[in-house]
Amino acid sequence: MADAALSRRAALSATGRHAARRRRNAAATALAYAATVFGLGWLVLILGALIWNGISGLSPSVFTEMTPPPGTAGGLLNPIVGSLIMTALAIAIGTPLGMLAGTYMAEYGRHERLTGTVRFINDILLSAPSIVIGLFIYQVLVAPLGHFSALAGGVALAVLVIPVVVRTTEDMLMLVPNSLREAAAAIGLPRSLTITRICYRAARAGMMTGVLLAIARISGETAPLLFTSLNNQFWNVSLNAPTASLPVVIFLFALSPYKEWQSLAWTGALILTMAVLALSIAARALLASRKDA
Amino acid sequence: MVDIALQDRRFMMAAKAATRARALDRLRLGDLLFRYLTRAAAIAVLALLGGVLISLLIGALPALRQFGFGFLVSEEWNPVTDRFGGLAAIYGTLVTSFTAMLIAVPVGLLIGFFLTELCPRWLQRPIGIAIELLAGIPSIIYGIWGLFVFAPVLQHTLQPFLINTLGNVPAIGALFAGPPFGIGMLTAGLILAIMVLPFVSSISRDVFAAVPVVLKEAAYGIGCTTCEVMRHVVLPYARSGVIGGVMLALGRALGETMAVTFVIGNAHAVSASLLAPGTTISAAIANEFTEAVSALYTSALIELGLVLFVISFIVLAAARYLLARVARRIG
Repeated sequence: MADAALSRRAALSATGRHAARRRRNAAATALAYAATVFGLGWLVLILGALIWNGISGLSPSVFTEMTPPPGTAGGLLNPIVGSLIMTALAIAIGTPLGMLAGTYMAEYGRHERLTGTVRFINDILLSAPSIVIGLFIYQVLVAPLGHFSALAGGVALAVLVIPVVVRTTEDMLMLVPNSLREAAAAIGLPRSLTITRICYRAARAGMMTGVLLAIARISGETAPLLFTSLNNQFWNVSLNAPTASLPVVIFLFALSPYKEWQSLAWTGALILTMAVLALSIAARALLASRKDA
Repeated sequence: MVDIALQDRRFMMAAKAATRARALDRLRLGDLLFRYLTRAAAIAVLALLGGVLISLLIGALPALRQFGFGFLVSEEWNPVTDRFGGLAAIYGTLVTSFTAMLIAVPVGLLIGFFLTELCPRWLQRPIGIAIELLAGIPSIIYGIWGLFVFAPVLQHTLQPFLINTLGNVPAIGALFAGPPFGIGMLTAGLILAIMVLPFVSSISRDVFAAVPVVLKEAAYGIGCTTCEVMRHVVLPYARSGVIGGVMLALGRALGETMAVTFVIGNAHAVSASLLAPGTTISAAIANEFTEAVSALYTSALIELGLVLFVISFIVLAAARYLLARVARRIG
């Protein structure tokens, strides 16, 4: 009799404890769902605000006219071209250097101490504050030359390109199967040709992805350009003069008191975001196609 | 006749051998050059970091000489009298970053939990891509959105609410004192939280996914709930990876410039209230560097940059160390 009561009590408390555990589990699950909705909500809100505020100013004149003086209408042609020039310069400087460094790490010095050190430093450069890179280039290029220039802006961006390219090049070359290298060695191909003709070709999609990601990263960068390329209200394609760039113009126009400038800033922000998102989606698609192959 | 033919052939063979040797030499030289070229590039990456550090040190030298250690503890920032102290900017950097982490870490971990344990398979990729897109949005976009959309909303909703509720609580009331400006350290911290959220969630997803399935199955097998498997199996196993990811996100938050510059208010003052305008190292540099008239002013800003570089170097180095340890364990 007492035994039965006891065991019934035990069973009851067991179900009680079980219910509590299930409740806690349900609460944690609900929280996880809520967190995900919360996280993705920002993407919707930000893109929504960009489209809402930017689409009305989107017209052909944005791409054909220069930045206007306060109070008049105009476009964003010179900052768009300036951004393209500096991005191209940064890629032209950063990609070869990064690729060569990544090649050394994956092909020649795979087990060397140097490679470990470079990888560690490179990872730190990868997330180093970009404004500090701007200060660095100001110190080594702008101050000695005495003026702001597109060249300085491009070099500052190149410093941001290098770590991205080093990282992807090394990772992608590591994925190239060794049997390919052995086959090349067996027919007497020199090491450098093995790397450039065979390994690069096998890793091409991945390395292209790295370059695309680097472009996506630098095309939105503002901080390193603020005091390297500065800004320019007029048309300029000289590498030796201050040059407007889309992010810097967005920054200056958004903080200005003029309605026309603020509206141009929103339009510029929309164009910039769409370009960057398109680039990163393209990079992802490229990588996915490589995986399928 | 035969002799001549033979001689001719011998001659040709010798010539062939010579070209062959020349070609081999050329290849060998090319090989060597390529090897040294790549090695030089790898060393250049090292030199880059050294160059950043040295150039900042040289630029900061006048301010270092003038103010010494006092720079780090003085709040005064007066371009007119040429007296500079970095305390307000350093304080603002730390406060905004920690506010950001306080929000982004739990939410990011929960998203990682959702993506690895709860999410239906067909949804995993789209959500993962959406989160990475959030990471890809340039920081200036967060800035313009924060200033024109987010700050006004906060000014009329969250900030009055915090002032009226938590502002009256004795111990932490000072954190939420003062009028709701909209912009300020809290707003900057919230924007930073949104910005680093993708980093925390994608890294925690990756380290959670690396936990051996057998461990999880064993826990489920003895009747654990999903929440318990997460708390007692996955989290302890993934701990150092999670901490590494958090530190990485912290490094981003510390150095973030544009998003913060828009909404921080740019006031060189240390105030207890999170609602007050402040400044951060990166915002001070972005706002004032081109306007710095005196050499000492420029140098003080570069010294701030040096401080930022050193802080983020330490944080990022710790993050990479922890993440490398995880990577080694996974193999």
